[in-house]
Amino acid sequence: LVRYTRSLFSDNHYRVGIVGSGPAGFYTAQRLLKLNSNVRVDIIERLPTPFGLVRYGVAPDHPEVKNVITNFTNLLKDTRCRFYGNISVGTDISLSQLFTYYSAIVLAYGADSDRKLEIPGENAKGFLSARRFVGWYNGLPEDVSLDVDLSSQTAVIIGQGNVAIDVARILLTPTEQLEKTDICNHALLALRESKIQRVVLVGRRGPLQVAFTIKELRELLKLKQITTLLTKEDHDFLEPIISTLPRGRKRLIELLYKTSRQSLHTETSNKCLEISYLRSPTIINTNTEGKINSITFEVNKLQDHNSINTKAIGTGVYETIECGIAFRSIGYKSIPILESVPFDNIKHVIPNERGKVTHLDGTLYKGLYCSGWIKRGPVGVIASTMNDAYETAERVHEDLTADTLQSFNTDFKLSDLIPEGHRMVNYTDWSSLDTEEVSRGGESKPREKITSIQEMIRIMNNK
Amino acid sequence: MNPELGLDNYSQKGAKTVNITFIDRDGDTFKVAAKVGDTLLDVAKENDIDVEGACGGTLACSTCHLIFEKVDFDKIPETATDEELDLLEMAYGLTDTSRLVCQIDVTDEMEGIVLKIPTETRDARNL
Ligand SMILES: Cc1cc2nc3c(=O)[nH]c(=O)nc-3n(C[C@H](O)[C@H](O)[C@H](O)COP(=O)(O)OP(=O)(O)OC[C@H]3O[C@@H](n4cnc5c(N)ncnc54)[C@H](O)[C@@H]3O)c2cc1C
Ligand code: FES
Repeated sequence: LVRYTRSLFSDNHYRVGIVGSGPAGFYTAQRLLKLNSNVRVDIIERLPTPFGLVRYGVAPDHPEVKNVITNFTNLLKDTRCRFYGNISVGTDISLSQLFTYYSAIVLAYGADSDRKLEIPGENAKGFLSARRFVGWYNGLPEDVSLDVDLSSQTAVIIGQGNVAIDVARILLTPTEQLEKTDICNHALLALRESKIQRVVLVGRRGPLQVAFTIKELRELLKLKQITTLLTKEDHDFLEPIISTLPRGRKRLIELLYKTSRQSLHTETSNKCLEISYLRSPTIINTNTEGKINSITFEVNKLQDHNSINTKAIGTGVYETIECGIAFRSIGYKSIPILESVPFDNIKHVIPNERGKVTHLDGTLYKGLYCSGWIKRGPVGVIASTMNDAYETAERVHEDLTADTLQSFNTDFKLSDLIPEGHRMVNYTDWSSLDTEEVSRGGESKPREKITSIQEMIRIMNNK
Repeated sequence: MNPELGLDNYSQKGAKTVNITFIDRDGDTFKVAAKVGDTLLDVAKENDIDVEGACGGTLACSTCHLIFEKVDFDKIPETATDEELDLLEMAYGLTDTSRLVCQIDVTDEMEGIVLKIPTETRDARNL
């Protein structure tokens, strides 16, 4: 790639507006600023707080993962990169307004919804979206008032991905350990009173097809005072095929298999996690008050037992698991937020070619790009989101060097476009909120998050 | 950036160094002096090489994944722990000679090794 940028018109620069301040937004900005010295980047965020799912998704007991915030913050200290929080693109400002001030727009707004089961009873009280539960314990303003009733003995989680494991771990970890994390106080208080002793992680398919990764599984197995129950018979068939599996699967399946051989019941554990396979939920059953009391599952068999990409087929046999709370954890989902932007309603992503948005007929959309989960779908850790964001930044840079995008020679502030009275949040505002949160965390917690937007703004105004 | 700058800039009096070459995403080559005992991630960071190291070397992110030449790979004294292997599986562009370099200390034997930043995409985490 050509690294230099034309310095002929040194006053001229390109302005790139990035919608969303999660890892995709930051990594796109980081790479662009590195590639092109003539670029200025504005990161525009719906919430008053930056960092997307690093703040509101990543589990509180994974503080090391959140270290990435240090790198993102360094970027905000660069004068070429500005943060504009509390501005929802599509509501507070339109895409066409943005295009009058920016050479290019990168959509990096993530996946703010989740996939539904589409079965009867899904709206029952006590049947929760795992995504919203994650938002609840992490202090996402719109989810903190979620009704979380932990007074029953059994919790069922439908889905076997890493989010499902996060939810299970939060429900089972002794609260003395969570106390030292940035988990929100309201969640900590509720978890202290929790009566849940048994968490069942239910998957549609078998052990060979689980979606969680070995790191998360190993972490679960290492939890003190918790027993992981794996039925021996469910795993018997794995032994002869382990050695034939591809690198990514092999060690995970080996660990599942080995664990299923051990007799795990220890005297000290009073809580357990069960992993259950080959069950598709068909009805969420409720009591007379409309509250969940059990889930009916259809027992499945697999088209091909030994294949990783196989289908589950219902057998017509049904079974019920009693529970007082349950979670749907079958995947996040992106939604279209801008009418004029093409959207693939089957894959739930913005159609694109290496990050440049394409119309549904395949032609390129001038000046519009996408990055992260909205581009590739809601899978992948921060590392894969980073790689993906780099690709988008390189695509933007290509168009900038080919000189197909408009450049500007005047400075401009996004506030010029925002109606008066609307409280925008800049980096200094965020810093003062950050300081306040850290101080409220006191001695034991890294921070106590402020969960009301009103209160956030009040703190920023009073600094 | 001057690819050779690292050499003069870095070697400190008394600290033993070896020469290490990084090849970044754009295919550019940087030859640097690496202090024996530092982690390879420290070396990359100190020389402004584009290795992200998002979790700050705490074995939680896999963004310090680099690819070694086979001969160099065999020179690393410590093989990867289970925890490193677990994380490596989530790295993109994984190869048989991949390592997470926040876990590797520079040794005398590493004189002349070449490290490459991966460029392929690979999805691993399903939710
Ligand atoms: C529960 C959970 C746990 C995870 N744990 C880990 C982990 O331990 N390690 C790891 O490596 N990865 C983890 N991940 C994955 C990681 O969070 C993702 O890879 C990454 O956050 C995706 O980045 P993104 O920027 O595409 O989306 P997001 O992080 O979701 O960022 C999108 C941003 O856009 C904003 N936005 C939305 N709509 C608008 C709008 N209209 N206008 C302006 N802004 C808008 C959102 O508020 C948000 O801040 C986890 C994910 C989840 C869901
Ligand atoms: S820096 Fe995160 S794993 Fe090495």
